[in-house]
Amino acid sequence: MYTFSNRLKMGSFIAMAVGLIFLTIGFVSAPSTVEEAKAIVAAAHDGHGGGHGEEATHHGEDKGHAAADAHDDGHDASHDLHLLHQLQNRPWAALYVAAFFFFMIALGVLAFYAVQRAAQAGWSPMLFRVMEGITAYLVPGGIIVFVILVLSVLHINHLFVWMDADVVANDKLLQGKAGYLNPTFFLVRAAIFLGGWIFYRQYSRKLSLAQDESDDNSNFVKNFRWSAAFLVFYLVTESMMSWDWIMSLDPHWFSTLFGWYVFASMFVSGITVIAMISIYLKSKGYLEQVNDSHIHDLAKFMFAISIFWTYLWFAQFMLIWYANIPEEVTYFVTRLEDYKLPFFAMLAMNFIFPLLVLMNSDYKRVNWFVVMAGIVVLLGHYLDVFNMVMPATVGDQWHIGLPEIGGILFFGGLFIYWVFTALTKAPLQPKRNPFLEESRQFHY
Amino acid sequence: MASKVIQALYNDDDVLMHAVKKVRAEHHHIEEVYTPFPVHGLDKAMGLADTRIAITSFMYGCLGLAVAIVMMNYIMIADWPQDIGGKPSFSYLENMPAFVPIMFEMTVFFAAHLMVITFYLRSRMWPFKKAENPDVRTTDDHFLMEIGLHDNEEELTALLRETGAVEIKVTEKES
Repeated sequence: MYTFSNRLKMGSFIAMAVGLIFLTIGFVSAPSTVEEAKAIVAAAHDGHGGGHGEEATHHGEDKGHAAADAHDDGHDASHDLHLLHQLQNRPWAALYVAAFFFFMIALGVLAFYAVQRAAQAGWSPMLFRVMEGITAYLVPGGIIVFVILVLSVLHINHLFVWMDADVVANDKLLQGKAGYLNPTFFLVRAAIFLGGWIFYRQYSRKLSLAQDESDDNSNFVKNFRWSAAFLVFYLVTESMMSWDWIMSLDPHWFSTLFGWYVFASMFVSGITVIAMISIYLKSKGYLEQVNDSHIHDLAKFMFAISIFWTYLWFAQFMLIWYANIPEEVTYFVTRLEDYKLPFFAMLAMNFIFPLLVLMNSDYKRVNWFVVMAGIVVLLGHYLDVFNMVMPATVGDQWHIGLPEIGGILFFGGLFIYWVFTALTKAPLQPKRNPFLEESRQFHY
Repeated sequence: MASKVIQALYNDDDVLMHAVKKVRAEHHHIEEVYTPFPVHGLDKAMGLADTRIAITSFMYGCLGLAVAIVMMNYIMIADWPQDIGGKPSFSYLENMPAFVPIMFEMTVFFAAHLMVITFYLRSRMWPFKKAENPDVRTTDDHFLMEIGLHDNEEELTALLRETGAVEIKVTEKES
């Protein structure tokens, strides 16, 4: 049995506390009037002389702008109001990005776990308890994301433009989408997705623990069937979840492979976290039976899914870039104009770095090397989510400052606390999995 | 120059693996093992050095990438400038997304083909080469281990017999 070391527990509490303080500062320092917002931007512009050419569809003011252009005063006023909304959104967006990022790790691990179960993989049963520990975060993580979405629907925050009835009233496209994209159905869908995922996670965990005590393989077979069924449910709901929770931030824009792109991101982040936590536990003397070949396989997955992510990212980018259709290309114009640094940093960290660093077979067996590569991959995928959410919510007013770092610290701390607490609940090694011996003997 | 070798035939890959380990433990140098199919772990048991084909593959990939870049730059930018996707920038870098599929394919093409050719040459297999196979049964269901002889024929025969060889013969080998 694993015992949660006090140092790690203290570390997670400190991260949560510091993160909470940073987030609070972020919320308190957000402007509440147009004058404050202008003062903040004026102060920031001394540092960098950025323009006001943001194309964010925030509050659907494309049409509002056109009307206001008739007289300059109106335009300035609407622009300043827009700026205020962006700055007010910033702490909420920072909270949302971090909450979603850590939730997405747990969900990616759940998908990986279900794939191992459904494929009846022989190499991985030794790591099942680690994966089950990580997916335990699905419950608090999912509830937090759901609460943020409910707060959006209640207009406590303004992350989703299409939830604003005034915006929809002036927008033909949003009226056309209202049958799907309306607050009630949105929350119902979110509840169904989360309910299904959490149900599978809890039930599969129960069967997995029951298998240890059982004297036949019936729990194992049941788990196999539920995992296969879950994967079907997951592939549909994950795609819809990414349209709902992320793509609808830019409600005019759509991409058919967006769900897959988000999936690749969560899959590679999840696998990276499995590798990192397994290596951590090994370094503390647990998981003696997990050998370098298991780590090697996880690192191969990190490498392969990084390439898969790039493939999907590029497939989406190239078609839109090539066709150059105005309503599609605005998505990347905003990112290339206002988000140059995170946009290209993300490409380097998620593609070029893992490609070059994890290509060599021998390096994938060096544990500290995998951890170092994993940290960069995780930061890269945080930036990926950042790039998905921020342009639509805060426009060119993005920074990686206190609220963003606070979000990472708070949810990172919560993630570590919850996952390692879950790991103490059951022996780290399954006892009666029929593939246990194969996993123990696994070598390359 | 002809050298004397002893050849032991086995009819099971597990027996062969144990035999290889035993012969190596007795400090005899195994010159070659002929098998009808790849035997997992045999390279490690024989103590062969790790393959360096991955390194050549990486270099060939880099070469393919470079060829693709130079080629596309010549064809699409320099020789006959093209207006790509309604963006007449005539710059390789700004049109790069359109060239990525070609850059990728050429990288894979060069890496794969040149790696296969390298593998054949390194294994001394080229067109019209006469097969280096001491016994045709190794293409069917037998495994053959070949050890160089240095006036220790009787000792080796006894050892090989003990490891479960089904047939042992001593021949002259051209090298």
